[in-house]
Amino acid sequence: MTLNRRSHLALMAGIAAGALALSACSAGSLGSSSSSGSAGSVTITMLVDNGDATVKTANGIAEAYNATNSGVTLKIETRAQGTDGDNAVKTKLATGDMSDLFAYNSGSLMQALDPGKNLVPLTSEPYMGNVSASFKTAVTSGSEQYGVPLGQATGGGILYNKKVFAQLGLSVPKTWADFMANNAKIKAAGIDPVIQTYGDTWTSQLFVLADYYNVQASQSDWATQYTANKAKYVDQPAIKGFQRLEDVFKAGYLNKDFASAKNAQGLQALVKGTGAQYPMLTFTVSAYVSMSATAKDDIGFFAQPGDDASKNGLTAWTPGGIYIPTTTKGAKLDAAKKFLAWFATPAGCDAQTKAVTPTGPYMIKGCTLPSSLPVAVTDMQKYFDAGNVAPALEFVSAIKGPNLEKITVEVGSGITSAADGAKRYDEDVKKQAQQLGLPGW
Amino acid sequence: MSTTSTRPKAPTRASRATARHVDRSYPLWFYVPGGLVYLILFIVPTIMSFYFAFTRWTLFKATFIGFDNFVLFFNEPGLIGSLRNTLVYGVLTSVSKVVLGMLLAVVLSSPLIARGYLRSVTFFPVLVSSVGVGLTFQVLLDPFHGPVNAVWSAITGADGPRWLTDPKLALYSVVGIDVWKGVGLATLIYIAGIAAIPNEYFEAARVDGASSWQIFRNVILPLSFPATSTVIILSLIGGLRSFDLIWSTTQGGPGFASDVIASVIYKQYQAGFYGLSTAGNVVLFLVVTAIVYPLSRWLNSREAVL
Repeated sequence: MTLNRRSHLALMAGIAAGALALSACSAGSLGSSSSSGSAGSVTITMLVDNGDATVKTANGIAEAYNATNSGVTLKIETRAQGTDGDNAVKTKLATGDMSDLFAYNSGSLMQALDPGKNLVPLTSEPYMGNVSASFKTAVTSGSEQYGVPLGQATGGGILYNKKVFAQLGLSVPKTWADFMANNAKIKAAGIDPVIQTYGDTWTSQLFVLADYYNVQASQSDWATQYTANKAKYVDQPAIKGFQRLEDVFKAGYLNKDFASAKNAQGLQALVKGTGAQYPMLTFTVSAYVSMSATAKDDIGFFAQPGDDASKNGLTAWTPGGIYIPTTTKGAKLDAAKKFLAWFATPAGCDAQTKAVTPTGPYMIKGCTLPSSLPVAVTDMQKYFDAGNVAPALEFVSAIKGPNLEKITVEVGSGITSAADGAKRYDEDVKKQAQQLGLPGW
Repeated sequence: MSTTSTRPKAPTRASRATARHVDRSYPLWFYVPGGLVYLILFIVPTIMSFYFAFTRWTLFKATFIGFDNFVLFFNEPGLIGSLRNTLVYGVLTSVSKVVLGMLLAVVLSSPLIARGYLRSVTFFPVLVSSVGVGLTFQVLLDPFHGPVNAVWSAITGADGPRWLTDPKLALYSVVGIDVWKGVGLATLIYIAGIAAIPNEYFEAARVDGASSWQIFRNVILPLSFPATSTVIILSLIGGLRSFDLIWSTTQGGPGFASDVIASVIYKQYQAGFYGLSTAGNVVLFLVVTAIVYPLSRWLNSREAVL
């Protein structure tokens, strides 16, 4: 009986081991599902985030490209958004499992991908000549450039309800003092002057991030000093952003549900006119335009005012880029470059415009925007036309602390003071700088 | 089978007999598949994490930096607050679950109408996923649009408390949700513990004329101690490493007001500080072990005395 039992056990163990090997096998083969297209043509894949607008844009690009170009077929794959997406991209790069092309943020987030090791440099490609200089800065690491812009530039500033402004006889403020004076009148009229929505914590950062035009206007080498660990947020001029946040809270200018409201509720309040102004990024234009028939014309946009009316300008967010990972080789690499050569032309822009209404100017030379855009977009375009634009800090310095949105929630809801918040953010930034191995930290 | 034959043998030969017995019916290589899974999925990552805790790790390269991560982790401005929050959270949820679980179990062990149904109702929240519970309560507790505060305003006429967005209140609101969700399991363990008390004790107590309170105090309470220690250990470990519920309700906010160690670690990981977050995990592992191991030993020794 013992013998019998023993062989039975051995059999079971064998089955178990076999099952293990089997499952390991199938898990492995899932990763490499690269299907080659029809004979003679190369299929390349591009990974984009699964945001609604991104997917629509990417599919529009693929459709337009596949219709007009033979020999290469472009397919779209999606990944999560936000920090989960960041980790997915890093993991795919680290394990060599990345698609042939991928879309990702430019600026500090791209710097964290270790571009020198993971991305194919595009500096010497002829089509890089079509790319605007400010975008090139945002995708440069060391002496090489790595990306081609996908989408349009976004402005960071203040969306405002033009009907409320007209009704109260207000004009667009050029200085912070004007802005606060407007707020007092709006509050007296029973309307919330400033909408804040800390239910989506990222929205709390705008007053600090969109103040960067004013920072660099008063100290032009601030970003360099900051990257070298010499300029700090606790000092002037950068601390102003935190103080703005404190100012509006202390004056009682916020909507009463500021702590729990979400971004969509904030836009809703702005469109309805129960709130007058909302510090925001202009990519949300497409979201509020669908909220009411007249929203497109009712909502305007102005840059965050500073102290000096003569130095008024816009902080702009550079669009994300399309990159080629170093794991793309041979025919696929050639095909990927061929696609980028097509994409970095007005034809690529038109494909994007057709898919989703643009919310800002393209970063590729020769691209034009359609007429009849929402008013906020044309308001923003004026700053670009006048040349009063500076890229946001994250595109000129590799450092952005991960806890900024938590700290701005604290300052913006009166839990801590502007000075303490700024100090805490300086600490937070240190970790990022050390992680990137920057000199001087 | 052969166990019965080894039992009467002299104790000096017992170990050899056990060894022979193991040798005969359980060949050691039978453990290979299970052991392999355990080794690959638990031991190897654990040891690797101890290594990566000492590096600055970007997923692309790891630079050895000694104890810097731990120094940085302990200098983290939110860390002291989050340590305090972790302890408050662990102790409060654990104590509430013991007290409420015991009371509910006593009620649900007595002959009631629809007892089975009530037991199911009590246990039901345990079956729902924490993330689902968190998102649901986010809606229920919304200070201006949620049903809880709508009722509050209807009764008092004033605005209700900002449950999840008031920095002083947020952590305690999450504790309350956790207790609502977890008390069913504690109740279940207590019902089993009370059912395991031999009926003779109750009969003897009743013959002696003991009141319900005296029966509870002198029979149920001491004799369900094994259940109490199980509930304490389980809920304390659960509370100390709690993450999903906090993340789905407040994300550690507003600001850093309801951060616990686990959420601080997760945020480090999100930010791409892989070495730092691994160091945080090592710290969490040591903290939980340092609290739970002695407690478990002490509770076990108490049980042995009983």
